[in-house]
Amino acid sequence: MRDYDIVIGLEVHAQLLTETKIFCGCSARAGLAPNSSTCPVCMGMPGVLPVLNSKVVEFGIRLGLATGCTIARRNVFARKNYFYPDLPKGYQITQYDRPLCERGFLEIEIAGTKKRIGITRIHMEEDAGKNIHDEHEPVSYMDFNRAGVPLLEIVSEPDIAGPDEAVAYLKELRQILMFLDICDGNMEEGSFRCDANISVKPKGVAAFGIRTELKNMNSFRNVGKALEFEVDRHIGILKAGGRVEQDTRLWDVAANRTRSMRSKEESHDYRYFPDPDLVPLEVDEAWIEEIRSSLPELPSAKRKRFQEEYGLPAYDADVLTQTKALADYFEQCSELLDSPKEISNWIMTEVLRVLNEQDIALPQLKVTPGMLTAMLTLISTGTISISMAKEVFAEMASSGRTAEDIVQSKGLRQISDEDELLGLVQGILENNPAEVKKYRQGKTQLLGFFVGQLMKATKGKANPNLANSIIKEMLES
Amino acid sequence: MKITDQEVLHVAGLSRLKLDEHELKRFLRELNAIVDYMDMLAQIDTAGVPETVHATMLTRALRQDIPERSQERAAALANAPSQREGKIVVPRVIE
Repeated sequence: MRDYDIVIGLEVHAQLLTETKIFCGCSARAGLAPNSSTCPVCMGMPGVLPVLNSKVVEFGIRLGLATGCTIARRNVFARKNYFYPDLPKGYQITQYDRPLCERGFLEIEIAGTKKRIGITRIHMEEDAGKNIHDEHEPVSYMDFNRAGVPLLEIVSEPDIAGPDEAVAYLKELRQILMFLDICDGNMEEGSFRCDANISVKPKGVAAFGIRTELKNMNSFRNVGKALEFEVDRHIGILKAGGRVEQDTRLWDVAANRTRSMRSKEESHDYRYFPDPDLVPLEVDEAWIEEIRSSLPELPSAKRKRFQEEYGLPAYDADVLTQTKALADYFEQCSELLDSPKEISNWIMTEVLRVLNEQDIALPQLKVTPGMLTAMLTLISTGTISISMAKEVFAEMASSGRTAEDIVQSKGLRQISDEDELLGLVQGILENNPAEVKKYRQGKTQLLGFFVGQLMKATKGKANPNLANSIIKEMLES
Repeated sequence: MKITDQEVLHVAGLSRLKLDEHELKRFLRELNAIVDYMDMLAQIDTAGVPETVHATMLTRALRQDIPERSQERAAALANAPSQREGKIVVPRVIE
């Protein structure tokens, strides 16, 4: 479709769900009063010693194993030196030539075609403080609560051939992090951040084009739009016989375009060297195996199992495994009632709608798996119709009452008594002789009219299947 | 001399230091002395000696993920030249 190859590599920073920071015991939680979660270690005071949080290593190994990486037995921390107000020490502690994990991959699927995207490395590092710029005065405000919060940096190979693949990769990676319970994946709040390197070259040419780096894309939508914009910009420049300038660009949401950061700084002169405050970290086989044995089922495996074990379509399996909580909800329902597709339908429509409308997470949903399956049983036994069930579900979700209780108190029980319906239909036919005549002359689409009349007479409580067959029978006899 | 004036000025720039003529000469001399010393070390044959980044033999100095008390906020702000609403005020940094 294009005369150009697109080459994208992604760098993701995932904030870890540890209690404390990576090198000190300060809380790693967001939302605390500014500068209240700091200590001499994370503020970079002279004479302090950082000590590595073992949970950070464990979380890093978890992700490494989940993405097929090799785990380094020997880890070294390095100082990355740069001068910026958000960095109290004047350097960031990170890993340089000896990252925790290397040479992994994850699999994405675009329009039914699977593709492996290589993961070059995953390493541990500390986050910087938060910079808030004043809108009116030429000053910035520093909050160091975030300084020292643990991050995993995940660097992909330049295997990504377009914006759609980039978004698919990010979604898969985010889902894995969330299934592993090591990152909350919140892009808007910055706990899952992404930078992209992108270049474009004429099709078939071996050498890479000149790349630009993209920052500030805080949603999947923005990642897609920013990359699309850059692809077009690069191709435009090349077509006009120009040369792409290597630079770092920001996605400007308001202007819907990328713009150069125009940094005069030789920012890549980081002068890395091993941090003398931290001893090398050796990871033994026993620790790796212990972590491996505690790994949960990963999203891709769950998707596959939902199709095989429950006979669900790929689409359903995809939706139901978006979060672990939703997948668990489905499985709890399926344990109570052997009707996976029906359960799936109700979850994909009504459950997700209520979560969205009430703006709640699954644990807050008032409809428990037991309540949903009990309601489905009322449908299959003919006690209530599907349209009644929708009303019942909405009521369960707002009040937390059981379906049985709601059906009783609202008198929602549908009429499945044949004699009662026969009597009512008889009356309707007598009251509408013209329509009866037309129907018998061949205008059979009038069936809907009679069903409508019956529903009106029963306030919607007639069992629809039964109603249809009785009316048909009486008209055609 | 291995290190040039230009390199000293470059590193000074990265560190936000302004050097006068006298300081430039001093750092040029001191940095070159350090590099000379490294060159001397580099002459030692280290073939077969494993890479060492630390003098201690510790290899698993870890702490548990258990919160400890942070310092009082006043202490965090004590060295700040200027502060507002619990935050440290710095000259505007434009990205």
